[in-house]
Amino acid sequence: MKRYQNLLMLIAVVLLVAIPLRMVKKSTPGPDGKSVEIFRGADDQAMDVISNIAPGYQPWFKPLMEPPSTEIGSLLFALQAAMGAGFIGYYLGVASTSAKMRRKLDKEGRC
Amino acid sequence: MHIMEGFLPVKHAIAWSVVSAPFVACGLYSVNKRIKEKPEQRMLLGVAAAFTFVLSALKMPSVTGSCSHPTGTGLGAVLFGPAAMAPIGTVVLLFQAILLAHGGLTTLGANTFSMAIVGPFSAAFIYRMAKAVKLPFGVSIFLATCLADLLTYITTSLQLALAFPDPVGGFTVSFAKFATIFAITQIPLAISEGLLTVVVFNSLARFNLRELKEMNVVTNQEVKA
Repeated sequence: MKRYQNLLMLIAVVLLVAIPLRMVKKSTPGPDGKSVEIFRGADDQAMDVISNIAPGYQPWFKPLMEPPSTEIGSLLFALQAAMGAGFIGYYLGVASTSAKMRRKLDKEGRC
Repeated sequence: MHIMEGFLPVKHAIAWSVVSAPFVACGLYSVNKRIKEKPEQRMLLGVAAAFTFVLSALKMPSVTGSCSHPTGTGLGAVLFGPAAMAPIGTVVLLFQAILLAHGGLTTLGANTFSMAIVGPFSAAFIYRMAKAVKLPFGVSIFLATCLADLLTYITTSLQLALAFPDPVGGFTVSFAKFATIFAITQIPLAISEGLLTVVVFNSLARFNLRELKEMNVVTNQEVKA
């Protein structure tokens, strides 16, 4: 069990992502022919709520720089994830190698 | 998902920045001190930062039909104490605010408060409680990081409800509306964050047991169990 623990947990994460994808169905288009978009960002939805509660509210500051398209946006998000994952991978690689070397040295020392 | 640029009234934006600033300053001091005392922990601090970078870049779908992302601040909070995560979380938020138009500079204080202060402090607190009642290592880490993720987004909902109380029902109704969006969406994501953090901790416990013991994250007994 312990051996497969990490694998099982990773599978659980994949399922947690996959299940909503199957569960949430695209709604049928309304009379205006526009279907409701699904899997928008939660912050976009919060924006809608704000404009419902306080219809007069105007954001008083605009982002300095906005990704010119959603493609460029996802490029930057991918870059962010890649940098982080790269570093974690590098660290675990170094750590596992040095753990192996330590064990080897211990063994040789004992002989 | 963070509060969008310009979407907090000026007074709120300033107030949250004033509240968050001392935590960030304190955290910077504690990180500097630790690196001076134990330079070998610098890499592990990098891992904590990298984990936050990865997890807050992953926008995942949720059962509510909207997307949000985990925070990843629980890992570092358990390793280095909650204060250390305040400056690290702020760096990640700055990156997203400046380059990605995600979150914002005017809402940086509020977002720092929820993601880099409330989250890490709850993670560290819950981890300590779980250890006190002798829950297994993995379960403690899971509970701490999963609940910390959830509490981050409950804080975001609170902040928005304070800024935009419902004209009829006031703060409570407004909080319920924002919490439905942020907190409910976050439930499966928080579970994912908890699981992923346990995966990383399992690897650390395998390769870096000595460091974890030195940092008082685990004791001898727990590892055997």
